[in-house]
Amino acid sequence: MADSLLEMTDVKIYFPVRRAIFRRPTQFVKAVDGVTLALEVGDALGLVGESGSGKTTLVNGVTMLERLTSGSIAFQGRELKGLSKREQKHMRRSMQIVFQDPFWSLNPRWLVRDIVGEPARVHDRVRGDKYQNAVVEALEMVGMSRHDLFKYPHEFSGGMRQRIAIARALILRPRLVVLDEPTSAIDVLSQHQILLMLQDLKERLGLTFILVSHDLSVVGYLATKIAVMYCGQVVEYGVTGEVLGQPLHPYTEALLSSVPEIEDEGVDALGSLPGSVASAMDPPSGCRFHPRCEKAMEICTQKEPPKVERDGGHHAYCWLLKPEGNPRHCRAETEKTVGQG
Amino acid sequence: MATNDHLRIRDLSVGFKTFQHFEPVLDVWELHIEHGEAYGLVGESGAGKTVLALAILGLLRQPPARVTAAELTLEGEPLLAKSARELRELRGRRISMIFQDPMSALDPAFNVGNQLTEVIHQREGLDKSEAGARALELMRLVELPDPEMMLNKYPHQLSGGQRQRVIIALALACGAQLLIADEPTRNLDVTVQASVLKTIYKLRQELGVSLLFIANNLSLVSTMCDRVGILSKGRIVETGLVRDVVRTPLHPYTLDLLHAVPRREERLGDENQKVFAEVDSTISRCGHYARCDARGPACEGQDVLPLTFVSATHGVACPQVTASLAVYPAAASPTEAREELPTTPAGTGGGD
Repeated sequence: MADSLLEMTDVKIYFPVRRAIFRRPTQFVKAVDGVTLALEVGDALGLVGESGSGKTTLVNGVTMLERLTSGSIAFQGRELKGLSKREQKHMRRSMQIVFQDPFWSLNPRWLVRDIVGEPARVHDRVRGDKYQNAVVEALEMVGMSRHDLFKYPHEFSGGMRQRIAIARALILRPRLVVLDEPTSAIDVLSQHQILLMLQDLKERLGLTFILVSHDLSVVGYLATKIAVMYCGQVVEYGVTGEVLGQPLHPYTEALLSSVPEIEDEGVDALGSLPGSVASAMDPPSGCRFHPRCEKAMEICTQKEPPKVERDGGHHAYCWLLKPEGNPRHCRAETEKTVGQG
Repeated sequence: MATNDHLRIRDLSVGFKTFQHFEPVLDVWELHIEHGEAYGLVGESGAGKTVLALAILGLLRQPPARVTAAELTLEGEPLLAKSARELRELRGRRISMIFQDPMSALDPAFNVGNQLTEVIHQREGLDKSEAGARALELMRLVELPDPEMMLNKYPHQLSGGQRQRVIIALALACGAQLLIADEPTRNLDVTVQASVLKTIYKLRQELGVSLLFIANNLSLVSTMCDRVGILSKGRIVETGLVRDVVRTPLHPYTLDLLHAVPRREERLGDENQKVFAEVDSTISRCGHYARCDARGPACEGQDVLPLTFVSATHGVACPQVTASLAVYPAAASPTEAREELPTTPAGTGGGD
């Protein structure tokens, strides 16, 4: 289990902002700004945050759809930067993506057979019966059958379309599957079914997942580890139970309390978080979350927050957690504080 | 109680004519919304939630649609008898809708201020400057930050949550007292969803509007509404106070819906994927038959499954469930014109 599959070290992805053509870029949108994360085989990493926090850009970096500005990503021990086109193509076999909206990610003019089979056609160059059998096998993994081969995407509901997209991702038997908000466009019943199916597939095929979502409760279902992102940075990371049970960062708390619970009566039980994610072009000084944080202190506006670790690798970047930084937490706790690198 | 009903629906059926045959999609036996009440309608996609909203608003083109009802009244006035012109007068003034996708409900070529003042100018007959002032007032009402600036922005310059707030302002522009919100927070982040829900809730209390809230997620309805109806394949299979339905759900479909809502601090258990047996779903009128664990011979047949009330407000349309429950005295149930119900010896009401 302890095999490392993916290692991201200080990943930065910046987009240049040009004020005029030919002008040198003066500003950068820091979509991902210094993310260090590691995935072991069999993990399911949940990436959580609001839109604009850089989740999708980060996974695009992992799947080589976006070029890194700096930092490194190693997949199965091999550095992804500087691979030739050919090596990249080979590498992509083992990492596949399921996109957010199955209404946009499936070509409406293609048959299910061609949609699901395309990766096999491109990578394995299979044709004929062998091709069709591979497609049927992939479809059966997601609970569909050969009867669905010659249908078009419009004949299916949202949940079934997402199954088609998952079959397409699985046909090459990848090791890593990136699920970018796999259930945000479909209703709760189908969502439940899809999540159960993904869980089952993960165990059966020994997959590793990266699950991107803005909904902590969805991530909590499937993920083994959770990384909460805000404005291009990971603000909290830990094992699912710990992050959901004892959230350290105020942002994680806010995300958790925004999810309506079935037992809630009236909207007063809902937490609220005013405003929206800070501009990634010109992030706030100190802690990037401080303009929206209820508990912001003087120091939050000035200095970058320290990394505070709790048991089992659970850590967060927040001044509140540092004993000397926060009068309310002035207890002699057995926590080890490490300055942010 | 009929006098206090804002909207009353009885025996509403909607169907669409196709090339081959007539396809019935909705068959609502009883639904009413009292003044100031919030009623939640929950069901999967394809259950007929939006069709119901469009039928109430008179927005279904007939043909191909066919809408019939024993009663479809807004504050006592029958809606089906109204002409297209009368309906047009009604929409926006007395009944209004918040659409699902704010990007397609707003015109990308006009700025927000234009779209708002246009409506107010046309419908209320105010001149442009008065309408502009009213628009600004509305923008404040829906809690948009920096309303003066917002009026000059185009829809693509706004975030999803801001767009949805503009839609809410549009819906309120002409003083409608009944709002239909069709999955207003779909495609929004959880944090934005929470704040939009809070705004709708606040408006309901300040303006006293009645609300028909459509969602596919029971937890949204449980935070927003007083009563709820569970819609499955065009039929209301369970209805009651939100509290009752959430705490003591009766219909197997409601249980499935409740179960599907992801909860904090809960992981997927060892439950296996439900394997749907190949069942001929046409032998029952119950929309849930093919996926139901509790189905039995009582479910079969082409008779409409009536709602059986276990309390004054809580009703369920499932023969398997009602067979094991104490049935609320039929005479005291909300509608008198009900068929004879299979009464059973008194047991413990309320389900498990």
